[in-house]
Amino acid sequence: MTPMAKYYQPEIETASLEEMKALQSEKLVKQVKRVYENVEYYRNLMDEKGVTPDDIKSIDDLYKLPFLTKADLRDAYPYGLLGTDLKNCVRIHSTSGTTGRRVVAFYTKNDIELWDDCCARALTAAGATNEDVCQVAYGYGLFTGGFGLNGGSQKVGCLTLPMSSGNTERQVQFMQDLHSTIICCTPSYAAYMGETIKEMGISPDELDLKAGIFGAEPWTEEMRRDIEKSLGLKAYDIYGLTESTGPGVAFECEEQTGMHINEDHFLAEIIDPETGEVLPEGSKGELVFTSLDKEGFPLLRYRTRDICVLSRKKCSCGRTLIKMAKPMGRSDDMMIIRGVNVFPSQIEAVLLKEGYSPNYLIEVDRVNNSDTLDVSVELTPEQFSDTVKDLSMKEKSLANAIKIMVGIVPKVHLVAPKTITRSEGKAVRVIDKRKLHD
Amino acid sequence: MSVKQISVFIENKTGKLAEATRFIADHNINLRALSIADTQDFGILRIICDDPKMADAALKDGGYITTVTDVLAAAISDTPGSLAAILEVLSEAKVTVEYTYAFNSSKAGAYMIFRVDDNQLAAAALAGAGIKTANQEDLF
Repeated sequence: MTPMAKYYQPEIETASLEEMKALQSEKLVKQVKRVYENVEYYRNLMDEKGVTPDDIKSIDDLYKLPFLTKADLRDAYPYGLLGTDLKNCVRIHSTSGTTGRRVVAFYTKNDIELWDDCCARALTAAGATNEDVCQVAYGYGLFTGGFGLNGGSQKVGCLTLPMSSGNTERQVQFMQDLHSTIICCTPSYAAYMGETIKEMGISPDELDLKAGIFGAEPWTEEMRRDIEKSLGLKAYDIYGLTESTGPGVAFECEEQTGMHINEDHFLAEIIDPETGEVLPEGSKGELVFTSLDKEGFPLLRYRTRDICVLSRKKCSCGRTLIKMAKPMGRSDDMMIIRGVNVFPSQIEAVLLKEGYSPNYLIEVDRVNNSDTLDVSVELTPEQFSDTVKDLSMKEKSLANAIKIMVGIVPKVHLVAPKTITRSEGKAVRVIDKRKLHD
Repeated sequence: MSVKQISVFIENKTGKLAEATRFIADHNINLRALSIADTQDFGILRIICDDPKMADAALKDGGYITTVTDVLAAAISDTPGSLAAILEVLSEAKVTVEYTYAFNSSKAGAYMIFRVDDNQLAAAALAGAGIKTANQEDLF
């Protein structure tokens, strides 16, 4: 047995705050110069704001730089934010573009190296070594999941199984025949695999899985426990976005209390989504990332729209990398209902956890000066019962689960399958009928 | 001694019941009995028909959510107190009745349909009291 490596890059992962700030400052100064020279789109934004590269002397000057938003990415599509010659780029990845705003990100060889390093740190934090068999069941392709974890897994030296997603029985077969010890996929796919294993009559004890790295979609603590039980492993969260690189921007350690940000590459800030003002550590606000090393797609102060909290509280794993809480939702779809911040993603998480379909409609209205919240969700065949009592109980228990999550009691309506409108693009999930801004 | 009942989820919106019954008619499903339970949001249409397997498959194929339940069909005589007598037998046997509805056909006679928590227990209790429960074919 070789001793388990605790950190992949200990000098970075356990650096002191002073060391980290010095490193970030040095990189930021260089990166701003490079971007100013190479990216006309961002140069124009800086010029408009009256900021020059010389104004940026350390990370304390970060606030002076202009933000980039999703809208900028759309305006600059496809090459407007390219940070180097195309001949230096070796790959692209792209978001699904379901919101009608496809993002294409460019990667140089160095960009892929650093991305692989980030994923290798995540895998190492989950206990991976070169003795492990790592099954990557994220999709391979334009989506960053498959390639990201694949690269990290090879860096660590794991035997890598590039399964991609789907064909679940085959996944299970490989898991058994090649004794996979680590599985990487979306949490919903992990949950589905857990069900499949059960249906196939396989006990989690018969598998060799010890850790799972799950991300790319919101999931709850309950879902984590379910997956851990059904697959017999410890489940680690991972965070990333194509705009920055993909999975591995932040990763969870054994403490499972938030994700360490690879802040030597991705400098994080929390801002007030309304004013853009930088908020102190511990405040809830919108997460903003500055890529310190990226060459192909070097986004500075990119507004992720994810709402979360950062913390430098000492972590028992020994890493000093700043931690981010699991994002609570997106800044642009937050609703304020009876004074409470509610995110559709929270309600969606409850629906999925309770076994409902992800086809739902949230309606907010104001009746007699009081906000109302109605949630319609499609009934699944498994949940149907011939008695009114059972169905009414289901509505009540779902309303209660939503209340526990968001603090407001909704009215729940079970509706027939395929009655909630699907659209070509992203489905309309929320209708706010309140006339609050007239 | 039980019969197959198909329950269909119907949204409580204008025209939805008409749609469902038209669907049933178009598939040549011959209804013997029917009842509807409803709430503000949805209704449950419960039917008893000659070929429940085919009917259930057709409805599912048509996008309906359905479930098939075994229910009891107890023969009932056209005299006052006959329903009360059945319910007393069930109650004494500690059988819980979820819901019940009646139907009458010139060929098969009059029946009460009972959805209970324990079909075997209920059928035995009724048989003990001399009350006949029907099979699917008895009704057609």
